[in-house]
Amino acid sequence: MSRLEINYALCDGCGTCADSCPFSAIEIVGGKVEFNAACKLCKICVKACPKDAIVYTESEMKSVDKSKWKGIMVYVEHTDGKIHPITIELIGKARELACKMKQTVQCIFIGSNIEKQAEKLLEYGADMVYVYDHESLTYFRSDIYADVFEDCIKNVMPSVVLVGGTSVGRSLAPRLSTRFRTGLTADCTYLDVRENSDLIQVRPAFGGNIMAQIITPSARPQFATVRYKVMDKANHVAHPTGKIIVKKLPDGINSAIQIVNVINKEKKPSISDADIIVAGGRGLKNKNDLSILEELAEALGGQLAVTRPLVEAGWTDYTRQIGLSGRTVKPRLIITCGISGAIQFAACMNASDCIIAINKDKNAPIFKIAHYGVVGDLYEILPSMLDRLKRKEQVI
Amino acid sequence: MKILVCIKQVPGTSKVDIDEETGVLKRDGVESKINPYDLYAIETALWASEKTNGSVTAITMGPPQAEQIIREAYMMGVDEGCLVTDRKFAGADVLATAYTLSQAVRALGEFDLIICGKQTTDGDTAQVGPALAEFLGMAHVAWVSSIDSIDDHGIIVEQDLSDTTETVKLCYPCLITVEKDIMQPRLPSYRKKLTSSEKPVKRLTLEDFYDHNPENYGLNGSATKVERIFPPEAHVEQVIMEGDGEELAQRLVSLILERKFI
Repeated sequence: MSRLEINYALCDGCGTCADSCPFSAIEIVGGKVEFNAACKLCKICVKACPKDAIVYTESEMKSVDKSKWKGIMVYVEHTDGKIHPITIELIGKARELACKMKQTVQCIFIGSNIEKQAEKLLEYGADMVYVYDHESLTYFRSDIYADVFEDCIKNVMPSVVLVGGTSVGRSLAPRLSTRFRTGLTADCTYLDVRENSDLIQVRPAFGGNIMAQIITPSARPQFATVRYKVMDKANHVAHPTGKIIVKKLPDGINSAIQIVNVINKEKKPSISDADIIVAGGRGLKNKNDLSILEELAEALGGQLAVTRPLVEAGWTDYTRQIGLSGRTVKPRLIITCGISGAIQFAACMNASDCIIAINKDKNAPIFKIAHYGVVGDLYEILPSMLDRLKRKEQVI
Repeated sequence: MKILVCIKQVPGTSKVDIDEETGVLKRDGVESKINPYDLYAIETALWASEKTNGSVTAITMGPPQAEQIIREAYMMGVDEGCLVTDRKFAGADVLATAYTLSQAVRALGEFDLIICGKQTTDGDTAQVGPALAEFLGMAHVAWVSSIDSIDDHGIIVEQDLSDTTETVKLCYPCLITVEKDIMQPRLPSYRKKLTSSEKPVKRLTLEDFYDHNPENYGLNGSATKVERIFPPEAHVEQVIMEGDGEELAQRLVSLILERKFI
């Protein structure tokens, strides 16, 4: 088993290790070094120890025959057969990875009366679409969908499984990855693949301004969820060559979940679909000032969005929140006003085509990701911009 | 009816810096608190237990100091508390965490209903709840936004999916993860604080589990490995604008028009 041990021939109990630990997992008790359960085995203490008294030993890795697992499988997210655009983004990424691995892009499509819709996936370059079409699969139910998905994975044996980071995807993927006793990395912002078929997954981690690069070195398949609007959509192919394969339901599947009622939500314009966004953060002094941003958004034909503290303060509702606990956006233009740019926010908007950041503090982290960094007071800049935009309209 | 609520201690702030030269995380003096989403889970559990004349057990996995959040749960009215802690659990990913919890649940006995918060503010994955349900072989419904009815036989809940709201009925045993705002969490009570100050918190370690094999826990039992951590990349091409408000506004409007955003 991997563990940290102390060589007491070298250790003088100086406590440098305890100070270096970001997780407060080390205590010096009676000159002895004690690790508690907060330890993440990050090995920072190993480097920090001035006496080299901390030794890390790694156990042998479990092994898996990686050559038996081939291809990239994409879970097709849909409502009543209408395919969610995240699926097309996942196919785009899967295509890119599959080309590197010289393998195929496989889709799994679970629902009822969906066979016709499956053709659309071929137009985006899927090599195989496995269709499980049955009345009992009309609505998403985690247990029965997992059973069907399991059947497909057992038959096809994909190396990688990509699932949209949506409500359905985030409920379904952990059931599957657990069933196969394998790894699942949530909300990946970057994916690549190595020659040995290991998927390189990058995501914001530790709830802080840090990215983590994660692999699943000794288990297959490798599961990852990806948020909507992070990857580029797959291109249309002129002459689709893929196949639709209709699969039978595995025997004896049953759901413990009974659907009582389903209501289609009223479709409100979502910030995820906006082309232009004006976003406000803690640099705003009070709730009423949001109206300046709203007016600017309106003048630009865009939408208003905010950061988490503003939602928590009750200034507006969470459907307008950009961030890990809100939505991911990828507009053509985003203007951030009084936003410092914490990673939870930045990770969910930094794929935008053009980022204009307005902030008084020239050291704000938002300026690291902005294409145009505007150091100034939003209360001076925004009203003047509005005024100029209105005058432009009159001229036109 | 026996109800279990799963909670976690998280850093009090999400502000974490990284030393760019050494790549070392800096988490100086960060206080810990109960994961805010878990307060809704605790409230839902207490509500469900009042409706069904049941009992609520709170469980958490973490370092010894995580006992504090069990104390907080006691102050809200939770009946029993359990801290799952062992150095051998260190470095656990979703798979190993859910497995450890599933072993702990088995050690505690049978539960009819397990409730989790929608996600934590430090990991933000929302994966442990469904993974735990899978290990325990029970059905789960995530993103529960309200409960229509509950009795000794089952529970009817509304599940918030992106385009639809599904009302579904579940029989026990089952697991639900609840949305923020499902119910307004009660405040800790001073009287309960006094009466629970001596109340024991049960501790479970690897020794107490059915599966004793340390290879199945912590970093060894994890399927994912963190290869490296690094600060987010900066964009390469950048234009920085400084000046007075009028001048900046004028440059921005020209930019928006030139690039044909409108």
